[in-house]
Amino acid sequence: MSASVQRAAPAPPMIDTSLPPIHIAITDTSKRYGAAGVLALDRVSLTVREGEFLSILGPSGCGKSTLLRCVAGLERPTGGEISVHGETVRRPPANMGVVFQRDVLLDWRSILDNMFLQTDFRGEKRSRYMARAHELLDLFGLKGFENAYPTQLSGGMRQRAAICRALLADPDLVLMDEPFGALDALTRDQMNLELQKIWASARRTILFVTHSIGEAVFLSDRVVVMSPRPGRIAMTLTIDLPRPRRMAIREMPEFAHYCAQIRTLFGEMGLLKDE
Amino acid sequence: MNEISRTRRIWGLLTPATTIIAVFVAWQLLVTGLHVREVILPAPSEIIQALLSQPAWFAQEGLYTMATMLVGFALAVIVGILLAILIVEVKLLESTLYVLIAALNSVPKVAIAPLFVIWLGTGYGPKIAIAFLIAFFPIVIDSVLGLKSVPKDMLDLASSMRASQLAQFWRIRLPTALPSIFAGMKVGISLALVGTIVGEFVASDHGLGYIILTAQGTFETAQIFAANILLGAAGIVLFWAMSALERRCLPWHASQRQEV
Repeated sequence: MSASVQRAAPAPPMIDTSLPPIHIAITDTSKRYGAAGVLALDRVSLTVREGEFLSILGPSGCGKSTLLRCVAGLERPTGGEISVHGETVRRPPANMGVVFQRDVLLDWRSILDNMFLQTDFRGEKRSRYMARAHELLDLFGLKGFENAYPTQLSGGMRQRAAICRALLADPDLVLMDEPFGALDALTRDQMNLELQKIWASARRTILFVTHSIGEAVFLSDRVVVMSPRPGRIAMTLTIDLPRPRRMAIREMPEFAHYCAQIRTLFGEMGLLKDE
Repeated sequence: MNEISRTRRIWGLLTPATTIIAVFVAWQLLVTGLHVREVILPAPSEIIQALLSQPAWFAQEGLYTMATMLVGFALAVIVGILLAILIVEVKLLESTLYVLIAALNSVPKVAIAPLFVIWLGTGYGPKIAIAFLIAFFPIVIDSVLGLKSVPKDMLDLASSMRASQLAQFWRIRLPTALPSIFAGMKVGISLALVGTIVGEFVASDHGLGYIILTAQGTFETAQIFAANILLGAAGIVLFWAMSALERRCLPWHASQRQEV
């Protein structure tokens, strides 16, 4: 079973031409805070292909959010290189949507106005995206809440609105930094199903940071497990489960086996003392 | 629910009004009952009489004080907010100018009032200057606090959308800081009135502060009370106007949603 597991080794060069083109290339990327400070990322290499759903999984402090922020162009790596569509990331790439752990909705804007934040920044006409906005609101069950203010919505609805905001301009890359971490378990399951559906409908590349093993296995094509201090890739796991996945898949032995592999690794890292 | 909120609103207006009326009635009864001399404590009826004997004069001097105060306050708002923006944007200013402002804030501004008379004479100048100075500090300090309290992930979101620094300021940082800026302005407007009166005490031949000072000289206690009641009413109206403006500008703000 360990045949599908590659430990601490970057994927071998792909020769198969049927694979989709490379979207994100992370090469030997390190990030150190301060001159002699903490090494948050230690020579991380990772390739993400177009349309892939990739989760970065790890305990807090493993640098998974740092890696995502480097890809988003919000932080500059101190070593190595990250490129998106072959272009080195020096500032936030165009055509990207980000969903943060907090929904970061602006209290003074209605849900619809919040969705239009980016187009407002760009000075674009809203009418161009109006149909898309209503389509997204409909899809995420926010129909009728266009003119509501964030404070009037529940946590789940707020995060749905934040996802709608990220998807409005139809980005080909969506970065999600523990987007469902603050939600209750049931809402979280529901959001996972909705996210899978929206991903399947347009096949965007999604980079998804989480600390939930089940969530990562359920959603992903590949799960990258990171170890803390310094942040390194400890394991890359290809999740070969049929799609669309239903919640019941979590009771299947294959699913349980993927989760067990990750848990075992966490145990070896000393993060999980199961006795 | 509508019925409840309406009842609550009527009560909200009725209770303070009743309290004020009750205080005046008790005051009237005590003063007449105990035969307190007018020069010590005039009865409310005597204060009203003093007001009504020269209504035009009180109105004119009251407007003079108000106009002076509003000019000083407006200057404090403009200079205060602009300076706060500079302090937050320029790192060097935060460790120099802001520290200086915070230190100066502990100097009793009233004590500087005579200086302004030497510098600016006895016209509008010194009163506006004192009103400005005294209202300026809370506005700068609260505005700096507000502008600095913008959540980092909110700015990250804007950066990820490739928003320029200027666009981030207008669409994210300023709206986030507004509740704090309003808090500073609410404190500032009350203080501006205090500053104006102090200015009129120091050197003036106009305004409610001047009325109080001359009435003291001639022992016309009722006039002093009349001027003070006008000042109290003005203070309430100004604070209420600021609150109304705040509600209008920030309908989303948390403190506006609770019924107070």
